[in-house]
Amino acid sequence: MTSAVMLFTVFAVILVISALGVITARNPVHAALFLVLSFFTGSALWMMLEAEFLAITLVLVYVGAVMVLFLFVVMMLNIDLDRLREGFWKHLPLGAGVALLMVVEMILVVSSKQFATMTSVSNTTGVSNTQELGLLLYNQYVYPFELAAAMLLLAIVAAIALTHRRRKDSRYVDPAFQVSVKASQRIKIIKMPAEKDL
Amino acid sequence: MNFVFSSIAPALPEIVLLISLSLLLLLDLWINDENRFYTYVLAQLALIATGFSVLTGENGQIVTAFNGLFISDAMARTLNIFSVITMGFVFAYSRLYSQDRGLFKGEFFVLMLFALLGIMVMISANHFLVLYLGLEMLALAQCALIALQRDSKKATEAAMKYFVLSALASGLLLYGLSMLYGATGSLLIPEVANAIAANTIDPAILVFGLVFVVAGLGFKLGAVPFHMWIPDVYEGSPTSVTLFVASVPKIAAFAFIMRLLVGALGALVNDWQPMLVIMAVLSIGLGNIVAIAQTNIKRMLAFSTISHMGYLILGILSANNAGYAASMFYVASYVIISVAAFGIVLLLSRHGFEGDRLDDFKGLNNRSPWIAFMMLLVMVSMAGIPPSVGFFAKLSVLSAVLDAGYTWLVVYAVIFSLIGAFYYLRIIKLMYMDDPVGEEKLVTEPDHLILIGLNGLVIFILGIVPQSLIDLCFNSIAHSFR
Repeated sequence: MTSAVMLFTVFAVILVISALGVITARNPVHAALFLVLSFFTGSALWMMLEAEFLAITLVLVYVGAVMVLFLFVVMMLNIDLDRLREGFWKHLPLGAGVALLMVVEMILVVSSKQFATMTSVSNTTGVSNTQELGLLLYNQYVYPFELAAAMLLLAIVAAIALTHRRRKDSRYVDPAFQVSVKASQRIKIIKMPAEKDL
Repeated sequence: MNFVFSSIAPALPEIVLLISLSLLLLLDLWINDENRFYTYVLAQLALIATGFSVLTGENGQIVTAFNGLFISDAMARTLNIFSVITMGFVFAYSRLYSQDRGLFKGEFFVLMLFALLGIMVMISANHFLVLYLGLEMLALAQCALIALQRDSKKATEAAMKYFVLSALASGLLLYGLSMLYGATGSLLIPEVANAIAANTIDPAILVFGLVFVVAGLGFKLGAVPFHMWIPDVYEGSPTSVTLFVASVPKIAAFAFIMRLLVGALGALVNDWQPMLVIMAVLSIGLGNIVAIAQTNIKRMLAFSTISHMGYLILGILSANNAGYAASMFYVASYVIISVAAFGIVLLLSRHGFEGDRLDDFKGLNNRSPWIAFMMLLVMVSMAGIPPSVGFFAKLSVLSAVLDAGYTWLVVYAVIFSLIGAFYYLRIIKLMYMDDPVGEEKLVTEPDHLILIGLNGLVIFILGIVPQSLIDLCFNSIAHSFR
C-alpha cells in the first residue's frame, strides 16, 4: 500500500464517520461540528487530487464562513431535535430505498465503459492550479467575471432596497434633535384668569 | 501579458454605464429626500453619457472585445442606442408617479440602470455565459423593481411569481445550453455555429438542447405557453415599473433570440421553425382573445403584449434576413408605442389614485383632448390600422412570413389582429363617446406632456414615412448576419 492510498483511506474513513455523525448526533451543535470535520476532510481529499484551489476555497468559504453562520443559527434557534426525529422510523424505508437506488446508479456510472476510458488530465503548464485558474479568470474570462461582480453589487442593492426600512414603531431618540430644543418648546405659558378658591 | 485598452474599447458603453451607475449609487448617499430630483438628473446624465459612448463607438465594422466574448456590430449598436433612449423616456414618465408613491429613491434609478446594463450585455454577447449573465442581471434587477413597493401585497405577489418562473426558465435555458456545450464543445457563439455547420454532431443531442433553449426563450419573451407571469407582473407592479417591464426588456429578448437561434443555432432552422410556429399561433390567439375580457388596462396591455410577441416571432420564424429585419422593426415600433401607452396610464394616475381601470378612460376627451388624441394614436397603432407605425410593422412581418411560404399563418394572424382591434377600439370609444366618471383635473408636469407629445409625434411620423426606420433595421441586420 503506497502512502497516497494509505492517506486516502484514513481521510475516507474519517469522512464517512463524520458524515454519519452529522445525521446521528443528538445535539445540533455537534452535528454542525461534524459537518465542519467532513468538509475539512473532503478538502484534504481534493488536496490529494492536486486541486488545491478547490480545497482552499472549501475550507475558506464553507468551513470559515458558511458553517460559522450555520452554527450561529443553530445556537440561536434552539431546535428541538427529538421532534425532528419523530418520523425517523416511518421514513426509513423510503430513505433506504432512495439511498440504495443512488448506490446502484453510482455503480452503474463508475463501472460503465465511458467512465473507464476517461483519461486523467494532468497539469502540464508548470504553474500551480490556482495560478492557472487565476490566469484564465482574469484574462480569458475577465468579462463574465466582472459581470458576476457587478451582479453581486446589484444583489446587495436589491436586498437592501427590499428589506431596509426604518421601523415606525421603534422609540429611538435622535440626540441631535434633542439638544436643539429651545426653551419655548419645553414650556408653554398660557394666559388664563385666576381661579377662585372653592 | 500586456493590457491594451483597445482590447476592451468596444465595450466602452457598458463600462461607462457601470461606472456612472456606481457613481450614482455613491452620490445618492449625500442627497436627501427633498433634493432627490438631482438623482433623477444624474440618472439621465448617466444615460446621456452611455448613449454618447455608443454613438462614438460607431465605426461601421464588426468588432469583438474581451477575447471574443463581446461583440459590437450594427445590430448591437442600433439596439443599444434604442434601449438607452427608451430608458430616458421611462425615467421621465415615471418621475411624478414614483414621487407620489415613495418610489422616487436612489435604488429605483440604480436598479433600472442595472437592468439596462443587463440588457446591453445581452445585446452584444458573443458567448453563452455572457448571454446568461446579462439575462440574470436583467431578471434580478427587474424582480427587485417589481417588489420595490414593499407594502403592496399585489406587487410582492407579482415579484414572487416572476422570481420563481424566471428561475425555472433560467434552469431550462441553462440545461439546454449545457447540452449544446456538451455536443459542440464550445460556448463561443461563432464556434458553436461552426461546429454545428460541420455536420458531424449527432442531431439528437442538438435538438434535445434546442427544445430547452426555445422553452427558456419563450419564458423570457412571454410567449404562450410560457406567458403566465406576464399579466400578474404587469398588473401587480407599480405602473412606473410596468412601463419599464413592457418596453426595454423586449429589445433584449429580440437580441437574445437573434444571438441564440440565428447566431449560434442558425443551422438548426428546420428544427426551431416549427417550435416558433406553435408559439406564435398560440400567442396571437390567446393574447388577442383574453385581452377582450379584461377591465384593467395594465392587464389588457399585458395580453396585448403576449399577442405582439407572437407577431414578433412570426418575423423570426421566416428565417431570412428580411424576416429578422421585419421583427426588429416590429420590436422597435412596439417599444415606441408601448412606452407611450404606459406613459398615458401614468398621466391618468395621481396621488392615491391609480387610473388603471378601463373606466378611468371614460370621457377622457372632455378632460383633456390632447391626451385623448395621443391615446387614440397609440391604440390605432397597436391595432395596426393604416396609416400607423403598427400597421407597417405588422405588414412587414406578415409579408416576410408570406415569402417564407406560410400562407395559412398570415391569414390566421390577420384574422386575429381584426379580433384584437376590438379591444383597442373600445378604448377609443370610451374616450370619445362616453361621459367622464370624475371631473378631476389631470395632475402632470410640463416635461411629461412634452415628451408624450414627442412620443406621439414619432408614432405619427413613422406612420406616414416608416421607411427610414425600416431601412435602419434592414441595414443593421444585413450588417450583423450575413
